[in-house]
Amino acid sequence: MALMKKISLFSRTQALESEIDDFLDKLLQSSLLFKTAVNLYLKKGYTPDFEKKLQDVNKMESTADNLRRTIETKLYAQTLIPESRGDVLGLIENLDHVLNMLEGALWAFSIERPDIPEEFHTDYETLTEMAVQSVESLVLASRAFFRNIEAVGDHNYKVMLYEKEADKIGTKLKKAIFASDLDLSRKSHLRNFVEQIDDVPDWAEDVADRLAIYSIKRTV
Amino acid sequence: MEISVLLFLSSGLFLGWALGANDAANVFGTAVGTRMIRFSTAALVCSVFIILGAVFSGSGTTETLGKLGAIDTLAGAFMTAFAAALSVHLMTMAGLPVSTTQAIVGAIIGWNLFSHTQTDSGALVKILSTWVICPILSALIAILLFKATAAALAQAKLHLLRIDVCTRLGLLVAGTFGSYSLGANNIANVMGVFVPASPFTDFDFAGLFTFSSAQQLFLIGAIAIGIGVMTYSKRVMMTVGSGLMPLSPIAAWVVVMAHSIVLFLFASTGLESFMAEIGLPTIPLVPVSSSQAIVGAVLGIAILKGGRGIRWRVLGGIGMGWVATPVIAGLVCFIGLFFLQNVFDQRVYAGAPVTAPMAISAGAPGRPGPAKPSVATVPKF
Repeated sequence: MALMKKISLFSRTQALESEIDDFLDKLLQSSLLFKTAVNLYLKKGYTPDFEKKLQDVNKMESTADNLRRTIETKLYAQTLIPESRGDVLGLIENLDHVLNMLEGALWAFSIERPDIPEEFHTDYETLTEMAVQSVESLVLASRAFFRNIEAVGDHNYKVMLYEKEADKIGTKLKKAIFASDLDLSRKSHLRNFVEQIDDVPDWAEDVADRLAIYSIKRTV
Repeated sequence: MEISVLLFLSSGLFLGWALGANDAANVFGTAVGTRMIRFSTAALVCSVFIILGAVFSGSGTTETLGKLGAIDTLAGAFMTAFAAALSVHLMTMAGLPVSTTQAIVGAIIGWNLFSHTQTDSGALVKILSTWVICPILSALIAILLFKATAAALAQAKLHLLRIDVCTRLGLLVAGTFGSYSLGANNIANVMGVFVPASPFTDFDFAGLFTFSSAQQLFLIGAIAIGIGVMTYSKRVMMTVGSGLMPLSPIAAWVVVMAHSIVLFLFASTGLESFMAEIGLPTIPLVPVSSSQAIVGAVLGIAILKGGRGIRWRVLGGIGMGWVATPVIAGLVCFIGLFFLQNVFDQRVYAGAPVTAPMAISAGAPGRPGPAKPSVATVPKF
């Protein structure tokens, strides 16, 4: 069986396929951890549990970075998919940037430890939910790009939808923050966190747009 | 064999080289142009299978070409092949994929005009009709194959990397089949004019099989094609691969398969006898243009995609080449024959007037013609 696997037509690509899948898994897991960490922070503030989630995301980001390098090297070293190689590299790097943004936002919570009034908690939670949903849809769209090109459009549509919702919530939240009696410095501080979270679906939408072009190029 | 005979055959070898330089692009151009297969791999596979196709299946189309004009002297055959080769080479230098079939047909008609031989209108119509049928058939096959492949891929939902592996393998298989078909179909263009005046004799391989004189000619011609592939085809491959229309690797596979099927259909004696056996009309064994087959297939895919993406300027250039090739070849042949006869005192056709007893000529089997060359009648060159 092992021998059959070795001489199989796809033996050379199997490892790379699973590395791409692993990379996408890491992004998905990081986004879920991000949601848990933000919700934890909103409920209990900076706690060891929050710190643990941050470290988990940090580890995943390092693993994903290594996977990205391996994938890029293999694609070029084995001269695979010459027509789509540049697009795949672009996609992987852009997805890696999403992961960096998630990690960066959690680091900001950890370092700056913003004091978020309870009246804004629900909107922060919803904003985080929309950001995570957009990342999940982006991961599904990316998987479809590799296996089922026709489904890319459906997932991309969801990314756009979550981005629009996130924009609405972000704007509403910023208006509420600046309409409150807080100090201007605190208002600015809270606004920064809204923008940090809102940047994630914005970037996801940009990646989805590129993915749509990559998919058109891949059409037979 | 005398050195002079080799000198006369050299124009055929030049034509073979030009065919290899030009038409290998039709078989592997799309694969190399889209960087799915390395040029060195493509050149090796292409050369080997062209030789196999030419030696084992090259006789069918040669017969048809012989009917158009049975050139009965080696000197005449030399100039006919030389004129065709020169035309093809000029077009290749310009980076245009041209047809050796059109070049040789133009050159044979040039010989017919010079020798006052009536062109067999039946054979000419048969050949000319394939110039129309071949690209249309190729386009139809490409459309069907493309639709079937797209449907199969949508159903299979293979990973992008696996599609890549399958496409590379498919391109290699299609290129191998295409090379065999190209050798079988187009060797007539290279060596067909020499068959009636072949300087070789049949010989037996330990009673297992006979290596006929025509097959020996085909082997030499095919080796010349192989050298053309190795030395000069890369540039044209890049033109075909990315010039006419941008093609995805899978579309490239469809194009090569459609081209190869068309060439095989017009060259296979086995298929001809099978169709005759089951009472179906047979496909004429005619050397068809490999370039027309490939352009037809690319256009088929373009039509399927709504006509977008065709570079009409490149297509127009290719079309101009098709008209210009036979005309140039015919003219070069006519003028060349005049010089060969009047300046070099060579007998360029059996009934030609000669001023010195030095022309080499050989009659086609069953045709009245001057005797085989002897040492005493070695031509001056």
